[in-house]
Amino acid sequence: MADGTGDERPDDQMGDEAREALAAELSELLGDAVVESHVEAGQNLWLRVDIEQWHAATTALRDAGFAYFGFLSAIDWTDAPEGRYEDTEFDAAGAGEDDDASSATAEETVRRGGGETRFQLLAQLHSPARHAAVLIKADVPEADGAPASVPSIIDIFSGADWHEREAHEMFGLVFNGHPNLEHIYLPTEFEGHPLRKDFPLLARAVKPWPGVVDIEEIPPELEAQLEAEVMAEFEASGAGA
Amino acid sequence: MSPPPTASALREQQAYVAAQAADARVNVELDTGDMTLNIGPQHPATHGTLRIACQLDGEQVISAEPLMGYMHRGYEKLCEVRTYPQCTTLINRIDWLGSFANEVPFILAAEQLMGVEAPPRAQWIRTILFELSRIANVSLFLGDMGVQVGALTPVFFAFRDRERVLNQIEEVTGGRFHPNFDRIGGLKDDIPRGWIAETHAVMAKMRGFCDEMEDLLMGNEIFQTRCRSVGVIPGDVALSYGLSGANLRASGVDWDLRRDANPGLAWDQVDWRVWTHPDGDSFARYWVRLQETREATKIVDQLLDGIPSGPIMAKVPRIIKVPAGEAYVSTENPLGEMGYYVVSKGGLGPFRVKIRTPSFSNISVVPWVMRGTYVPDIITILGSLYFILGDIDR
Repeated sequence: MADGTGDERPDDQMGDEAREALAAELSELLGDAVVESHVEAGQNLWLRVDIEQWHAATTALRDAGFAYFGFLSAIDWTDAPEGRYEDTEFDAAGAGEDDDASSATAEETVRRGGGETRFQLLAQLHSPARHAAVLIKADVPEADGAPASVPSIIDIFSGADWHEREAHEMFGLVFNGHPNLEHIYLPTEFEGHPLRKDFPLLARAVKPWPGVVDIEEIPPELEAQLEAEVMAEFEASGAGA
Repeated sequence: MSPPPTASALREQQAYVAAQAADARVNVELDTGDMTLNIGPQHPATHGTLRIACQLDGEQVISAEPLMGYMHRGYEKLCEVRTYPQCTTLINRIDWLGSFANEVPFILAAEQLMGVEAPPRAQWIRTILFELSRIANVSLFLGDMGVQVGALTPVFFAFRDRERVLNQIEEVTGGRFHPNFDRIGGLKDDIPRGWIAETHAVMAKMRGFCDEMEDLLMGNEIFQTRCRSVGVIPGDVALSYGLSGANLRASGVDWDLRRDANPGLAWDQVDWRVWTHPDGDSFARYWVRLQETREATKIVDQLLDGIPSGPIMAKVPRIIKVPAGEAYVSTENPLGEMGYYVVSKGGLGPFRVKIRTPSFSNISVVPWVMRGTYVPDIITILGSLYFILGDIDR
């Protein structure tokens, strides 16, 4: 542990070459199931697989040593203003100059591993032997305004049981082959899927966000001054030496 | 000598015996197979409000299903309408016994997206506070496990000694339970004068506490009988259920994120080891946590001696805007792997935060491990799995 190799980034024990190699190896292993792979330097490895082969790909990864289940969840990519509950001030403050660029290209840079559907399935698997982890994603297609059902991986990882139930109640995903797809947190009679972007957060609708006053834009001249102060303090404390 | 019974008394006695026999037959025919035992939602072993519905066959558990949601606060949704610095206030309240440790992975994920790295001094102090949270959190377990088997003394010792650690955390952060001290790019403040020496003394006390627990509990025959070979979780089951932390290492899996996937804190700068136990039973889980607490005091001692000088904040803008992207950072928290999957679309607040909490996965093994155990073991197994309700329900 205390090997003292100074130059090595501590958060990158695996190394980017190893990560690239692993991405190539897993892409080969999974064959045409892999739609896209993405390596973020010093961070993580994403694999986006075909939803039809979600089960097969997970099995193959488990057999390749990625036998430690991390988590399973989903992302709703709708860029809905309802997500902010018409807190226009919030969005106005959040909208930077870079948002003026076309949103399509911005979207592509956001999504690690690409994809274009509203819902994406996301899971993480560890390999204790190789000290490696992989994040796998799959696009969930929509039919008639509802996400299509996806295969359950509960028979591969028993721990996926509760995670799939949570994704079911929060996003309305349906997992084929799950024996007990019921609400896990919410009351049985609860209607709606709270983590969908079009599900309103009533507290915000009733009362405007109090924190919004904290993040109003600072006047440019004041920002420059603050910046200079911070920079001076930073240099005085001996950083960056 | 009593006179022989009269004929009527004899008839009365025979009728009584016959009635008893009939009663006994009724009792034999009573169906006990489907008895439902409801544990909780309020039970001292649940550290909050967790309900477990058990189906019993006599004393034996046929099935046990945890029912949660009594404390679901919807943090993932609430984070979506807050700025990054505001999120840490919520995140503090996930695992309320080791709050500082909750903040760290979220801050690290945001830093990863921003491409900011905290200065070394901040990283070291972060690691120290992280390990102090671990000691404060796990020491309570070490005492609390005694309560589950009927020994009341250890928990008072635990509360007494945990207070010393909380005092140290309070001196730096101003908060005993919810420090909200970690910032994107560093820490809010530096450590106060004289704190290092005090903390060294507290660490020595905590090692004494560990020895005390070892003497009081681990050598105790009743404790051993109640915990050995009870609630055995083999390594492959633990991996499949996604168990983490001491629960995983007590099943013989040598996996610790502090060593195996250090996300940029100072653990790789000091000398320590990962403890595992091959048995996978309740006793092993207690044993591993005890060793880890002791190991954590050593980590803190070494870190205290080597805190580098320099600033405690990197240069970050006053208004924190996180560039678009996705990041997942997890750390080895007191309860296990806690990770935040942060999706940013470039705004002031996260677009989506998936909080991977250790207790949620740890407790998902309950239906598997409870089958075939006996009623008194339900509590010891639950206690040894060690969960915090805020960490399950989020």
